[in-house]
Amino acid sequence: MTSAVGHHHGPATGITRWLFTTNHKDIGSMYLIFSLLMFFIGGSMALVIRMELVEPGLQVVQPEFFNQMTTMHGLIMVFGAVMPAFVGLANWMVPLMIGAPDMALPRLNNFSFWLLPFAFFMLLSTLVMDGGAPDFGWTFYAPLSTTYAPPSVTFFIFAIHLAGVSSILGAINVIVTIMNMRAPTMSYMKMPLFVWTWLITAFLLVAVMPVLAGTVTMMLTDIHFGTSFFDAGGGGDPVLFQHLFWFFGHPEVYIMILPAFGIISQIVPTFSRKPLFGYASMVYATSSIALLSFTVWAHHMFTVGIPLVGELFFMYATMLISVPTGVKVFNWVATMFRGSMTFETPMLFAIAFIVLFTIGGFSGLMLAISPADFQYHDTYFVVAHFHYVLVPGAVFSIMAAAYYWMPKWTGNMYDEYLGKCHFWCSFVGLNLTFFPMHFVGLAGMPRRIPDYSIQFADFNLVSSLGGFLFGFSQLIFVLVVVKCVKGGKKAEAVVWEGAEGLEWQVPSPAPYHTFETPPEVK
Amino acid sequence: MKERSCSSAALIILAALWSVSAQADWALNMTEGVTEVSRSIYSLHMQIFWICVVIAIAVFSVMFWSIIHHRKSAGAKAEQFHENTTVELIWTIVPVLILVAMAVPATTTLIEMYDTSDSDVDIQVTGYQWKWQYQYLGEDLSFFSNLSTNPDEIYNKVEKNENYLLEVDEPLVVPIGKKIRFLVTSNDVIHSWWVPAFAVKRDAIPGFINESWTRIDEVGIYRGQCAELCGKDHGFMPIVVQAVTDEDYALWLADKKASIAAEVAAAARIWSLEELMERGEKVYQTNCAACHQVGGQGISPMFPALKASAIATKPEQIDEHIKIVLEGRAGTAMQAYAAQLSAVELAAVITYERNAWGNDTGDIITPQSIQSMLKSK
Amino acid sequence: MKSNRKLILQLCGATVGMFLFGFALVPLYDVFCDITGLNGKLELVAKKNTGVIDTSRAIKVQFIANTNENMPWDFVAKDVEMTVHPGENARADFFVQNLTNEQMVGQAIVSVSPSIGAKYFHKTQCFCFDRQVLNGKQAQEVSVLFSLDTDLPDRVKKITLSYTFFDITDLQPVAAN
Repeated sequence: MTSAVGHHHGPATGITRWLFTTNHKDIGSMYLIFSLLMFFIGGSMALVIRMELVEPGLQVVQPEFFNQMTTMHGLIMVFGAVMPAFVGLANWMVPLMIGAPDMALPRLNNFSFWLLPFAFFMLLSTLVMDGGAPDFGWTFYAPLSTTYAPPSVTFFIFAIHLAGVSSILGAINVIVTIMNMRAPTMSYMKMPLFVWTWLITAFLLVAVMPVLAGTVTMMLTDIHFGTSFFDAGGGGDPVLFQHLFWFFGHPEVYIMILPAFGIISQIVPTFSRKPLFGYASMVYATSSIALLSFTVWAHHMFTVGIPLVGELFFMYATMLISVPTGVKVFNWVATMFRGSMTFETPMLFAIAFIVLFTIGGFSGLMLAISPADFQYHDTYFVVAHFHYVLVPGAVFSIMAAAYYWMPKWTGNMYDEYLGKCHFWCSFVGLNLTFFPMHFVGLAGMPRRIPDYSIQFADFNLVSSLGGFLFGFSQLIFVLVVVKCVKGGKKAEAVVWEGAEGLEWQVPSPAPYHTFETPPEVK
Repeated sequence: MKERSCSSAALIILAALWSVSAQADWALNMTEGVTEVSRSIYSLHMQIFWICVVIAIAVFSVMFWSIIHHRKSAGAKAEQFHENTTVELIWTIVPVLILVAMAVPATTTLIEMYDTSDSDVDIQVTGYQWKWQYQYLGEDLSFFSNLSTNPDEIYNKVEKNENYLLEVDEPLVVPIGKKIRFLVTSNDVIHSWWVPAFAVKRDAIPGFINESWTRIDEVGIYRGQCAELCGKDHGFMPIVVQAVTDEDYALWLADKKASIAAEVAAAARIWSLEELMERGEKVYQTNCAACHQVGGQGISPMFPALKASAIATKPEQIDEHIKIVLEGRAGTAMQAYAAQLSAVELAAVITYERNAWGNDTGDIITPQSIQSMLKSK
Repeated sequence: MKSNRKLILQLCGATVGMFLFGFALVPLYDVFCDITGLNGKLELVAKKNTGVIDTSRAIKVQFIANTNENMPWDFVAKDVEMTVHPGENARADFFVQNLTNEQMVGQAIVSVSPSIGAKYFHKTQCFCFDRQVLNGKQAQEVSVLFSLDTDLPDRVKKITLSYTFFDITDLQPVAAN
């Protein structure tokens, strides 16, 4: 509490600094550390999955536990790792990039963070409950997740509620900060793209997280209070659940990728030493992706028996999304063209992002073709697709951001050699893991199965080896972070030669309080 | 030094891969299938794939050319341009045109897939946790199709056969050259009936029917799997379709109906304990072992044990035991088997449960007693 | 700071609004189903027949009888298939028996395939309009009186109706149905 009173002082000492802090940098760091922890927990579950899939047959785990692992892996990675990591980056960087002294609602900020450990403690505790953890997939389709769910489903619902509240509060905070706290001379069209993409993401969060909350509330009342939203016997409809879920779920996908677009749009110009190509079109492309994301949800449900007209509408709308996404990729390439490039770790991650995310985008376009989706749907091709957009997409952008801004956060340069090791191991590991999944998916391997027929054996072995390489490579990142926090070459205020923006005007490490008087924006 | 150890590790991995690839089946692509629809889907898939490849080559060659030529270490000086309306318009409009070109064949194929009219054979496909039921409409023929893979293969005790996990006890038999309409529904959770060779994938939703159709060109055995997560044994409910000629189909229909009639007739005769045990073991393996386990020990707490349980050993609980098997238990995974199994099978499996794994009650449940329980008013 | 409060209130309002919108999607979805025939859902209301019979067309109507999980009822369609002219009144019979010794409540859910047919299938009377209460071992004949709309599109030559009995003995009666 003392730090809140005497705001010219530095941080409080000991545990109270972290429990009661209202400082955006402290909270940002806590979000980032929390998400890294979740990344490892979710990742080890992925390794359990890959271990079982090394060869045909059941050897490591039983099917029921396997289903718990796929479910928890998905939930933890989406709600525990990727989303909090972006919120952490927003906390750290948005005030610095718009010249604000802190987030607009600092106490709310503290509250939003501290909801998360409780939410995920509750979710993880279901693993030791009678009947096991949720085992109905991260998409928790009814009635598997209602009538047929293990007793722990109630804890799962409550955990989703808590994580959802945390996200919504975080989003409100980001919107108010960006709209009201910018330095007076920073107009909307002068905002860095990371800020822009986060503003749009925050609006998406406010729009769809409440729908998710409503959906799990309906599940709760179906399970415990005798309603029949999703039970055909009582006049409900299990397909309604899928509509509600994907009405949230598709914008959610963009929630996890728009901030990544922002990060890449910061990093590519810096290391190309050239302004971002097509700033305005980037803003418009991001906004149109966000708007279109509300009109495409049923492309996740092409096989549930949607009428022909609906099927065609959702196919066309989905195909249309590739246009603004393509514009972004073209803009990044045009930014590199005729630049003066160097390839430090953040740039390597950014380039890998562009290439691999584009591959994920292509498979997404293929999946949009509804007739073809009848063959792709619920196979490993889909698993390959969304891991290509989420791992080298969301996760690589977070890694890129961490390397890019770590010197600003710690005041020390990270170990470039280790950083590059981390990059190359991750790059090789993830392609080994996820690329063969395209092949087994096309050859007919359904997703979410603990055992498979023998023709899929070879590629699955490759995937598993790649998975372990990718998983253990992330330990290098921990080493880099620890080394960087402890010491290293001192970082300048402007860490990177081509870096532009307000965050580089403050010294490295960024002092506990920054921009107490608004800076001047050119 | 470091690099050398890296490359030797890579060599070991490659060698390992090489050895497994001796009998390798590195299937890379989607099947073309054996129907007109599956072939048009395959060609759509290849078209969109090659379009993506061409775009990828164009974009990435510009990118990698820039990476090679416009690097600081090569002495590149950065230009400062940051917009060009013409270029931006081109790369917005050209993709739209490509998409329109793609949407046309996709729409045609989709309309074709949705036209289920004028079918010759109608088959109702019902998903159960974790098996399929096939009902031939208008033929008074219905049966279940269960995974027939030996559990020892699953638990790596014996070598796996080539159709591991893709084999069933009773395949769906259909005629070739006929328009077959599938009415897909479910008994419990959502399943999805998928046979890649026909490009038929339809979700099975409890309470609702979904339809799909196919016309198979070639005689053959086609294998598929459930595609929608449906619980514990989602990976263990395959689909096997045997496509035969018209004549063979007629023969099979007659044969199948005769064997069902024989099964009904068999309920009238006297069965010995040994006969019931032998039959019961088979029925138990297919229908019960997934949850109650082969050894009857169950999986606590979701799937109770039968071995040494009160219900399967106490004489006063015989009626309760039969009742649960026939009617199921609400709110659990225990299904009502009255409609799924024949009187002989029901009698056999209950007898088996009361005498296997050291339960040894000596109780014999006769098919006649099951029949009278089902019909009594 | 005043402008902060206004913006926060607006955003909270949007959050609450979207939460309610999620619930509003439930009835909206039913409207959407009625319009598109999604899932082959039928409106559970009796419709009047106009009296015109189109004898130039004969439509094959199939009936499927299912019971959902753990429902120990014997439920069979006595008329598996029949041919009707659009506009003509027809009747299909079913047999249902409770195989247990206790009283049970069942609700039949109907689904039409092809889903486009749902709009043109008019029921004047149906056992699926009401919950069916059957005592232990009680058997009953149930039926549906229906007619097909004369506007039925030409390409529909066969309509399949599936009735699935759900066990709602333990379900509290809710507003829907």
